Amino acid sequence: MSSQLSSQLNKPATQTAGAEGYNFAYLDEQSKRMIRRAMLKAVAIPGYQVPFGGREMPLPHGWGTGGMQLTATVIGEADTLKVIDQGADDTTNAVSIRRFFAKTAGVATTEHTADASLIQTRHRIPERQLRNDQILIYQVPIPEPLRFIEPRETETRKMHALREYGAMQVKLYEDVARFGHIATSYDYPVMVNDRYMMDPSPIPKFDNPKMNQMPALQLFGAGFEKRIYAVPPYTRVVSLDFDDYPFEVQSWEESCSICGSDHSFLDEVIMDDAGNKMFVCSDTDYCRERVEQGFTAENPEGQQGLTPEHNQVQQENKKQDDTKAEEMAL
Amino acid sequence: MYVAVKGGEKAIDNAHALMREQRRGDTAIAELSVEQIKQQLPLAVDRVMNEGSVYDPELAALALKQASGDSVEAIFLLRAYRTTLPRFGYSEPVDTEQMQIERRISGTFKDLPGGQVLGSTYDYTHRLLDFALLAEGDSAPSEQASNNMGVPQSHRSEARTEAENSDKLEACPRVLELLNQEGLIEQSRGDGEEDITPRDLTRQPVNYPVERAVRLQNLIRGDEGFLLSLSYSSMRGYGDSHPFAGEMRSGRVSVELVPEELGFPIEIGEVMLTECEMVNQFHGSKDQPPQFTRGYGIAMGRAERKAMSVALVERALRAEELGEAVNYPTQDQEFVLSHTDCVSANGFVSHLKLPHYVDFQSELEMIRRLRKAASEASAQPSKDKADTAGEEI
Repeated sequence: MSSQLSSQLNKPATQTAGAEGYNFAYLDEQSKRMIRRAMLKAVAIPGYQVPFGGREMPLPHGWGTGGMQLTATVIGEADTLKVIDQGADDTTNAVSIRRFFAKTAGVATTEHTADASLIQTRHRIPERQLRNDQILIYQVPIPEPLRFIEPRETETRKMHALREYGAMQVKLYEDVARFGHIATSYDYPVMVNDRYMMDPSPIPKFDNPKMNQMPALQLFGAGFEKRIYAVPPYTRVVSLDFDDYPFEVQSWEESCSICGSDHSFLDEVIMDDAGNKMFVCSDTDYCRERVEQGFTAENPEGQQGLTPEHNQVQQENKKQDDTKAEEMAL
Repeated sequence: MYVAVKGGEKAIDNAHALMREQRRGDTAIAELSVEQIKQQLPLAVDRVMNEGSVYDPELAALALKQASGDSVEAIFLLRAYRTTLPRFGYSEPVDTEQMQIERRISGTFKDLPGGQVLGSTYDYTHRLLDFALLAEGDSAPSEQASNNMGVPQSHRSEARTEAENSDKLEACPRVLELLNQEGLIEQSRGDGEEDITPRDLTRQPVNYPVERAVRLQNLIRGDEGFLLSLSYSSMRGYGDSHPFAGEMRSGRVSVELVPEELGFPIEIGEVMLTECEMVNQFHGSKDQPPQFTRGYGIAMGRAERKAMSVALVERALRAEELGEAVNYPTQDQEFVLSHTDCVSANGFVSHLKLPHYVDFQSELEMIRRLRKAASEASAQPSKDKADTAGEEI
């Protein structure tokens, strides 16, 4: 498990800077070492928020400075970086961060999930199942799942230490009492390794099941709040729920207007003044991959003569669904 | 077809080009030089240095130019530069008692050793627009004189010229130390307390509660407007604070460093500082007789508003330490210190401009489901009623 991280960590610090006057990947090696130490602690205690000396970055807080510090720390010359925001590679902030590392680290970048060794993300987990040799880095605005229940750090630290999570269950119960079911749709709290309650960052709860037993290492960085946490590969991650009100993910009656997918997270796009809308995959690379394989809105089952690659994707998705089903059964 | 989020890369390039054009303005008008900003907008430069946490008027002026005069943006630019700078070492504590006074006032004593020095200030100007400046000329000398009308006699505005003329400067002890002789005010340090190098909050994470040195560090980097309003609220009743301005002084102070290979301090330069000490009441406790307490503020450059606000908020944050009730936001460490930073505040508020399609989509789905459930629920009982009514007939 951690052999993967340590292989990343043991990469020799390189001085061949991509941007003049700055170290490789912007941060100086001392800062990177400090962040690596915090990261190792985070991997050793899954879901626990490790305070670290978060540096000021040339991007504003709330725009991914935490994720960027983690990426800057683990990235090496051989890495291929993918950056997504809302599941898409070409949203402006994703473009900006990808360019930052292309410039300061001179690394290869990609839009293909399968080709990336590092994926920095905001608000989504890719639809394609990640592998053990990949690292997923989340940008986190507020790392504390209990923050809106108890605003004080001094208190929430105690609550985590004592595993005193009743307040969150009460909040979810109040949802059930008021609305008939749990009304949290994103930023949905999870329990990691049966010990720490963790904020999965504002991903839709649709993505929560993907975190469970994920083969890839998941790192979370909150820049302004100066916290790092992690979910090591193959770790149990359970979304909070009740026996009689089990955790559920969003579903759509529509399917993607481009690739016909009926199992991915869909974005709603308003088409005209009359409010007509279409639904498209939020994960643009997944959508592209399906289109390349011959899936269309008119032909969601795909064309005859499927490529082996396509079969693999289908299998992986099926496996993911199975895990999801297992999760529900638990 | 689907174009909503495509073309981000090109859009960014174009946006930056347009921004550069807007910053330059009409090219028929001469371009503003960094030196001009440094010389003619010194108070803006000082604010950027303070919150940018770098004493470098030239870079602060450059940041202001690059940011089209937006101080928060300029502060951000300077901060992002600062974070990459190597730390060579820590200077010796500066001795503000040895300050070459430019301005020094006390709200507590009419006259005192060293005298009151009015120096340069907007305080007693009548806020009348000076149309001579609009005509790009200097304001008339008579106006300058009239601006100084209403200054109390005890404010010896001529003191500075006097001092400059004489070779020997009068010693200028801190006002609050005068109260110390009678034991009327708390000591600025405890018995046997030594100077320690404070933790650098830009290098180490903050865990609450934090010590006074870190609190001060945070406040001095904090947003001037936020601190001003907090201190205002504490004076208006949301906090038990209505102190006296014991002393406010500004001037140059030399900075000394002890290089490891030398082992003794050498002077490496001078900085312009503004320092403020507030005197607050303290009603005493079981162990301590009533005495005055201090609130301390210091800032780079000429920044009196900032130094005073820091001193007021700093004192309010000592509530817990002094056994006072913590009832108001200004007395609450976590509330104040987590929200002072203008770069963070601006970043987090403006991140709402980033796409949130996915989260919003999740909320849309949720609210549609809730509404559907609600409309079904309201339709259900009336139908039941109709059924029963039908049976009865």
